[in-house]
Amino acid sequence: MIPVNATNRTVVVTGVGATTPLGGDSASTWEGLLAGRSGVSNITEDWAADLPVRFAASAAVDPADVLPRPQARRLDRTAQFALLAAREAWADAGFTARAGEDSSADPTRVGAVIASGIGGVTTLLEQYDILKQHGPRRVSPHTVPMLMPNSPSANVSLEFGAQAGVHTPVSACASGAEAVGYAGEMIRTGRADVVVAGGTEGCIHPLPIAAFANMMAMSKDNDDPRRASRPYDTGRNGFVLGEGAGVVVLESAEHAARRGARVYCEMLGQGLSSDAHHIAQPEPTGRGIAAAMRNLLDGTDLKPEQLTHLNAHATSTPQGDIAEIKALRHVLGEDLDHVAISATKSMTGHLLGGAGGVETVATVLALHHRTAPPTINVSELDPEVDADVVRDGPRTLPSGTIAAINNSFGFGGHNVVLALRTV
Amino acid sequence: MAATREEIVAGLADIVNEIAGIPNDEVTEDKSFTDDLDVDSLSMVEVVVAAEERFGVKIPDDDVKGLKTVGDAVGYIESHQS
Repeated sequence: MIPVNATNRTVVVTGVGATTPLGGDSASTWEGLLAGRSGVSNITEDWAADLPVRFAASAAVDPADVLPRPQARRLDRTAQFALLAAREAWADAGFTARAGEDSSADPTRVGAVIASGIGGVTTLLEQYDILKQHGPRRVSPHTVPMLMPNSPSANVSLEFGAQAGVHTPVSACASGAEAVGYAGEMIRTGRADVVVAGGTEGCIHPLPIAAFANMMAMSKDNDDPRRASRPYDTGRNGFVLGEGAGVVVLESAEHAARRGARVYCEMLGQGLSSDAHHIAQPEPTGRGIAAAMRNLLDGTDLKPEQLTHLNAHATSTPQGDIAEIKALRHVLGEDLDHVAISATKSMTGHLLGGAGGVETVATVLALHHRTAPPTINVSELDPEVDADVVRDGPRTLPSGTIAAINNSFGFGGHNVVLALRTV
Repeated sequence: MAATREEIVAGLADIVNEIAGIPNDEVTEDKSFTDDLDVDSLSMVEVVVAAEERFGVKIPDDDVKGLKTVGDAVGYIESHQS
């Protein structure tokens, strides 16, 4: 039954799950973030020997070792990560069965929105190698269902019986955040009561690494990989590729209350915009980011004075980190002074389409524990960073009602700003 | 040299185990690929391609539809191997 007030329902977060370079679940990931641990390491396999970048933030736990082999071999790595993170989030939300198998959720009111920036690129490349070496007969019949970008979303819907809609927004490194934002709208507007939402990526492979490196987008600090991801540091020189997934369970406040679910925080909504500036360069003044921020403030009841924490996009590129700070200062003015900024990519690397999912989980946990994780590797803060970057260790956030935002931007000019608030 | 019926069953059991994770000793001639061994239509293509390689036979797509049980596949391979 569609609720009466179906256009502006309150959305809450009731479950979190993650598998990241810091740990195989959200608890170990959170622990790693608070400890300021780097998830980056050298790639020792032969295939990396000739690459300009020979390090990455590989997943702490190989998903193929966790899933049963017959299941793992028919899922691309992106879907493997998504499935594991989604299972954790679903259980964390207190669901013990597939939707419809008990009375906790009506399958026609459950949705799935899981995004990836690139999709099953490693499956595509592996199958192309097989085609060239062994001919067309040997190409796996699972290739298309594995490589399609909606595969993680579709597999998550199969896992939980989600029938209210399965969606896959694709917006490069903003994909995961766009998925969470879209999921929130599904609930707010009455299309669904529960949505499993997040982002995933698994493309640590020579082709994407060579391609990103040739765009001059990646750090090439092969001699000191753990320090390579250093957002806001004067010496930052590009992002570090990471892999994994982060997933949340979003739910209408009434549905969560009806089943007595634990509520982490409220999901206030999203602000969106696009740069229309360049296919891969950030717009240097932060105009588009500022527009997304304003849209967020106009479209939700987020009050700037409640903002105490920001999980920044901050990928450790010279231009992008500054454009984001400029935009925040422009829109928030002095209210930026009481925002504790964490650039968790300093530890997890950049999970591309997975980043928005993992960073939503980190932001939810930061509000829940009232603690902002540190930004590591900042030995000399860029003087252009006119804001309060949390360094040296975790920071306790204030008591009372507090809000946080999670920024994600993607190649193509996508800007997604998500807002969360304690309840 | 042509494989015996027992060797073909054992070979198919290896293949089904690899693809669907079913223990080898459960792969017997009376079992249906779809209903008993968790081999859906996509995975059946994998089973067929692996069987073609292992036993040196060609199994055209039109013939795959007739292979409902392990016994059907054993019979087909036995009569078509060179």
